[in-house]
Amino acid sequence: MTDISQQPKSVPPPAAASGESWFYNPKIRGYASQIIVVLLLLWGLSEIIGNTQANLKKLNQNFGFDFLTQAAGFDLSTSLIEYSSNSTYGRAIVAGLLNTILVAVLGIIFATIIGFVVGVMRLSKNRVVAGAATLYIELIRNIPLLLQIFMWYALVLKPLPGVKDAYSFFGSIFLSKKGIVMPHPNFGSGAWIGLLFLIVALIGTWLFRKRARKRQDETGKITPVWLISIPIIILSPFVGLALAGWPLHFDYPELKGFNFTSGMTIVPEMAALLIALIVYSATFIAETVRSGIQAVSHGQSEASSALGLSRGMALRLVIIPQAMRVIIPPLASQYLNLTKNSSLAIAVGFPDLMYAGGTVNNQSGKAIEVVFILMVVYLSLSLLTAAFMNWFNSRMKMVER
Amino acid sequence: MKLLKLLALSTVFGLTAAAANAATLDDVKAKGFVQCGVSQGLIGFSNPDESNNWTGLDVDFCKAVAAAVLGDATKVKYSPLSAKERFTALQSGAIDVLSRNSTWTMSRDTTLGLSFAGVTYYDGQGFMVPTKLGVKSALELNGASVCTQTGTTTELNLADYFKANKMEYKIVAFEKNEEVLKAYQEGRCDVFTTDQSGLYAEVLKFANPADHMVLPEIISKEPLGPVVRQGDAAWFNVVKWTYYATLNAEELGVTSKNVDEMKASANPEIQRLLSVKVKNPDGTDADNDFGKGLGLGPDWAYNIVKQVGNYGEIFERNLAQLKIARGKNALWNAGGLQYAPPIR
Amino acid sequence: MTLSYVRTIDAPKLPAPTSTSGLLAKLRDRFAPTPLSGLGTIIIALFLGWAFWSIFQWAIINAVWTAADREPCNAAGAGACWPFVQAKALQWVYGFYPIAERWRPNTIFLLGGLSMAGLLIPKIPYKGWNALFFFIAFPIIAYVLLTGGRFGLEAVGTEQWGGLLVTLIVAITGIVASLPLGILLALGRRSEMPVVRTLCTGFIEIVRGVPLITVLFMASVMFPLFMPPGINPDKLLKALVGVGLFSAAYMAEVVRGGLQAIPKGQYEASMAVGLSYWRMMLLVVMPQALKVVIPGIVNSFISLFKDTSLVSIIGIFDLFNIVQSGFNDAKWASAQTGNTGYFALALIYWAFCFSMSRYSQFIERKLNTGYTR
Repeated sequence: MTDISQQPKSVPPPAAASGESWFYNPKIRGYASQIIVVLLLLWGLSEIIGNTQANLKKLNQNFGFDFLTQAAGFDLSTSLIEYSSNSTYGRAIVAGLLNTILVAVLGIIFATIIGFVVGVMRLSKNRVVAGAATLYIELIRNIPLLLQIFMWYALVLKPLPGVKDAYSFFGSIFLSKKGIVMPHPNFGSGAWIGLLFLIVALIGTWLFRKRARKRQDETGKITPVWLISIPIIILSPFVGLALAGWPLHFDYPELKGFNFTSGMTIVPEMAALLIALIVYSATFIAETVRSGIQAVSHGQSEASSALGLSRGMALRLVIIPQAMRVIIPPLASQYLNLTKNSSLAIAVGFPDLMYAGGTVNNQSGKAIEVVFILMVVYLSLSLLTAAFMNWFNSRMKMVER
Repeated sequence: MKLLKLLALSTVFGLTAAAANAATLDDVKAKGFVQCGVSQGLIGFSNPDESNNWTGLDVDFCKAVAAAVLGDATKVKYSPLSAKERFTALQSGAIDVLSRNSTWTMSRDTTLGLSFAGVTYYDGQGFMVPTKLGVKSALELNGASVCTQTGTTTELNLADYFKANKMEYKIVAFEKNEEVLKAYQEGRCDVFTTDQSGLYAEVLKFANPADHMVLPEIISKEPLGPVVRQGDAAWFNVVKWTYYATLNAEELGVTSKNVDEMKASANPEIQRLLSVKVKNPDGTDADNDFGKGLGLGPDWAYNIVKQVGNYGEIFERNLAQLKIARGKNALWNAGGLQYAPPIR
Repeated sequence: MTLSYVRTIDAPKLPAPTSTSGLLAKLRDRFAPTPLSGLGTIIIALFLGWAFWSIFQWAIINAVWTAADREPCNAAGAGACWPFVQAKALQWVYGFYPIAERWRPNTIFLLGGLSMAGLLIPKIPYKGWNALFFFIAFPIIAYVLLTGGRFGLEAVGTEQWGGLLVTLIVAITGIVASLPLGILLALGRRSEMPVVRTLCTGFIEIVRGVPLITVLFMASVMFPLFMPPGINPDKLLKALVGVGLFSAAYMAEVVRGGLQAIPKGQYEASMAVGLSYWRMMLLVVMPQALKVVIPGIVNSFISLFKDTSLVSIIGIFDLFNIVQSGFNDAKWASAQTGNTGYFALALIYWAFCFSMSRYSQFIERKLNTGYTR
């Protein structure tokens, strides 16, 4: 690197002392350089557009998105919406997008949980616990994610039996090389009553929590809000469904020939991708959490233990809320990374957005349009995540005061 | 001005700035090699060995083009391409010719801005299953999970076949061929499908080749052939007639071993193929050069046959090891479909 | 007035604290401060023991050490197939680089390694000259020597490069290209000119908002469409451009962090002594800012090194791709080949990344003495 102590050999003469030549006027210089930049940009753009047009014309192609309404002709191994080879290219991309969102959301939830646990573990007084957390972090985050996805895929597939000898849980959940098959819930008419009950229970919990807070402020008595409300939240939809005459039945998986028919399937590709994403991202989240906790001054934990809080309570009530302030911005970028990394699904053939886009491009030959769609969608996903995390950050700040 | 810009850009993008404008033939002659798009490893068609020497039917075709244009079959550079990137690579000009077991379809011919120059191998899509599954026919595959490569016609035919036969199936598709093979061997899916020639080639890479069998059904027409960019008639002709020359040579019995003697043949067809000058009755030489029409030298077909061989030789060299019979790929006069227009 | 949440009755008396000195107490404090924690210790220790034992068994005890082909590895109960690694090792390092010409990549490895060591080890002097060599002369030498085709060297096309060579080329080109670009982008983002600021911010955010694969995909298939007809850059070069632009955006954010850490007084003082903008940046701000962000640069180099594995998706035979394509070799395809290859790959990548992250921590500690946060 350059030596800091290096001094300019001579001090340049003061620029344009009295004559105030326009050439040295910083304002004019600023405008001029901006105009030059804009001109260069416009030239570059026109050049690119012109070249692309010429190249496309030569190939007898035109730019347009009307191909999205054509029949795709290929199948996807798993989709959240109704999708078959008769569906359109557009629907294939939407199905891919939904799969990406599914993986990203599940990945974010579990990576956060594991990341927080490991981050706290790493600061544990227990040497074995702290050592295991360090080992995990240092091992996993130094291996490329792509390699880990492949390794998990091999690891997930290898020990599992074929469908004929699938592991069975309660006779209705089956685990085999073809994935996990679960009963598929089917809601009949009147199922909305269950949903209504659930919503009522959620609102009730919220009101209850508010009252419990007030009571704690006034009397110091703590009400076990979650202990009471969680069972109610879980039970309420079932009560509602029972009142409506149980309009819910399950399609149980059934082994017919090569595969389980009916039921919901989680394909092994998704499992491998999710595990890899979670395990990998959790290491980064754990480091974020650790540095966040360490950033909280030591006095805080000493003060909480002086007040008689247990270590768990001190963490939950005093340290983590303060650490969140430091944790959230890097956490947000970890979430963005996870969402973007989910595009590696293409390696194990999980039909996410990138996979669907790539296949559409290949079957339709519309490279520019497809890459354009992919970029715009990923960018919007990133912006959405960033916006949500900013909102969350501002909320945490308010709470923290 | 345009030239200046081109010059500036080619210095910026130094490494190998290959020209990809309309006149591919001139570019190839100027740069002195053929940039050929091949697969990432398919035994019998295009497969690299330990020191990156490529062999296979598709590779030999690239060599034949190089022999015809440059007079040297070794002047080929190979770009291994995935199924997904192959057409874009050709469209963009990254390669001069795509010789990568690609199926000729109407949409590829009409909407991709590409032209198929012929059918170097008539293939059809087949299925492979583990022997222990006990399946004897593709019609017994209702409900099966099928492994295949994404971005191929295979993927589309599969959907059609199961739909037409009112069967259900679950697709498991991967970007890379290696992954497809691995998943099938791991038992992730019951069936592996690709072009039938591919099935015979891939089984060699299996840990236990004997445990797998190919089902008799062929569910599609897969005419595989070399592809070039549309709108470049000169280059299209060169590629097309390189293929025809190998067929005509086989039909006329000209092989890489006897091509030199054949130059003395009295058969006018052979004379035209090899551009042998014929004596006019008055003793002057009559021109017999059909390379001129292609923009090539008179030895174009001689070089192909001498350095690479005729179609039959190429087929034997590359596909005999897979135990693939000529079948539909026999010459038209031997009951097959390989038929070349005459040189005259 | 009494505060309702203040205790009015005494809390129950706690038992006397256990002794905190002596070996037993120390052990308890370290391995089982609470009974639950002790249980955790046992469970984790058992799990780790089991994991290490299984890996040891697979990689050492049951492993196949010598074999001419796949047969021994294909046997039931066989562990790692090390002969596969042995047979392919040279290919993993050089790809398909002609065997007679391998002294060229070797020279580059040596030159690059020496120069890098000179840059990274704080005690070695002449950092400025060394940086000049590494960032300007070395890429040119490497380019000339590796591609050949002049000075009597045989030309070696990039399609023959592969393995670790390509992985290192992609990673180092990424870092060498991204540093100056990233500095320019970071300066642009902090510029007072709205047009420049908007453009730089837009570029940084767009690139950071999309996955590297889309950037690589765009570079590899669409780049030629954007060029005038007749220009078609090399496949590896296209990937390098993609990786360079991508890492520049990330580098810009790292450098921006360093710029923000420089006290305003430094800017004001430089302006007061009459330095122009570029002189101020070059002589005063950048040397300090870059020093602060060395750990950040090393960290982005680590992620760049890991990300190089993605070029395998666009068909470049980097280390990852070349190892994977070896699984398909009819001579070596066996039940354990894939696992062995992945295991070896993981070890290689881990060794590189772990040593770099250690270095980054070391330098962070060293720098921390000068800069308190």
